[in-house]
Amino acid sequence: MLQDLISFLGSPANWSGSDGIPLRIVEQLWYSLLAVAISAVLAVPVGLVLGHTRRGESLVAGIANSVRALPSLGLMTLLVLLLGLGLVPPILALVVLGIPPLLAGSYAGVRNVDASTVDGARAIGMSEFQVLLKAEVPNALPLIVSGLRNASLDVIATATIAAYVNLGGLGRLIFDGMAVYDYGQVATGAVLVTSLALCIDAMLAGLVRAVQPGRRVRGRDSREISLLLRDRAGDAAASAVTSD
Amino acid sequence: MTAPLELPHSLWAIDNWDTVSEMLVQHIWLAMIPIGAGLIIAIPLGLLLCDSPRARAVSIFVASAIYTVPSLALFLIIPGIIGTQLLSPVNVVVALSLYSTCLFLRSVFQALDAVPRAVVDAGVAIGHSRVQRKLRIDMPLAIPVLTASARVVAVTNISLVTVGAVIGVGGLGGLFTAGYQRNFPEEIITGIVLTILLGLLVDRLIALIGWWLAPWARPESRKRPRRRVVAHLVTTEA
Repeated sequence: MLQDLISFLGSPANWSGSDGIPLRIVEQLWYSLLAVAISAVLAVPVGLVLGHTRRGESLVAGIANSVRALPSLGLMTLLVLLLGLGLVPPILALVVLGIPPLLAGSYAGVRNVDASTVDGARAIGMSEFQVLLKAEVPNALPLIVSGLRNASLDVIATATIAAYVNLGGLGRLIFDGMAVYDYGQVATGAVLVTSLALCIDAMLAGLVRAVQPGRRVRGRDSREISLLLRDRAGDAAASAVTSD
Repeated sequence: MTAPLELPHSLWAIDNWDTVSEMLVQHIWLAMIPIGAGLIIAIPLGLLLCDSPRARAVSIFVASAIYTVPSLALFLIIPGIIGTQLLSPVNVVVALSLYSTCLFLRSVFQALDAVPRAVVDAGVAIGHSRVQRKLRIDMPLAIPVLTASARVVAVTNISLVTVGAVIGVGGLGGLFTAGYQRNFPEEIITGIVLTILLGLLVDRLIALIGWWLAPWARPESRKRPRRRVVAHLVTTEA
């Protein structure tokens, strides 16, 4: 395996042109980025609002669970048969896969913010929109980014299958290699997809850590803010009691 | 003379039940062997490693790295490592067993952490040895956590098996590749529906086994605590 792999990777012809390795990596990243971005635009606002209103928990859990059972290859081939070849059907399939983790992440993130923090934000006179944006979202970021991480991994892995329905990406190396029994090419595709997934995962894991409340973000410590809000809620409650 | 009664739409799955049932049986094997293998590997490994924080950290890191490897890539890297044929069903079984082991290992640790200290102390007090304690206290108490993760593993495996269809071993996934090549959506829809139904069925079945094996963990009323369900979903994936 290693010999086939090295000889394929070592051949300069495989590193340039319209079917070169760099272009395949860029294609794979492009499909994944496009799909994850669309999923995020669709899923995150819905998750945040549902989390803020504390509604629809069973809906979110249901969507998250049902997509685990949905076979991605089936969805992709079906969409291509129904909508035709091209970029849209496979991307649509990837978007469907990307939505549940992002929805669950943003919902759970907001839903699990300490109630006293939220009450504090309300007590100092924030509007509901401000409560969501200034108190809930900063505290929810780690779970939102975890959702992004899960979605990205699912999408990058499945984007490989897009080559089966005539798209590019690293899956091209796998399917073209299988067609001509060139294990070097197949193994190169598989190893590159794996490396890509591991790199992206490590980057997003770093991001999850970077957005933990308590780290200094933009000069102000978000945990400090939430503690501050909690204290003010206490003050507001105390003054309400004493004024009676 | 009356014309024989003809249904306007006869279901493709019923007309081709021989083909479909063969795929279904292969699908069940490909998805279920890895669950057994995963449990057999992960439980002893988890018991062995759980006492050393360093071994735990390393094994969790390795497990989540393996779980990050895309399934199609793993199906194709495995023959290069263990020397099987590129299109052998063994590749799919080994790959899914690896994923299952990684998921189970994490929940074995979680389950062992959740064993109440007082119960362990009571076991020591009545003279259990280390091994006895693990087998007779830790393991039974881990059953609810393990059945919960077995349900996740089963549904994931059942869905992932279909990816194997592009290398010729995918159980019901074969309906996707065949339907795609013949431009026949109904065949693909049949595959999707049956895969989801199989997932639901096995999910319920494992839940039932867990209910039967762990009577103490049965919910007392219909009111289930649902609070952190979604948070749990998010953190146990990946």
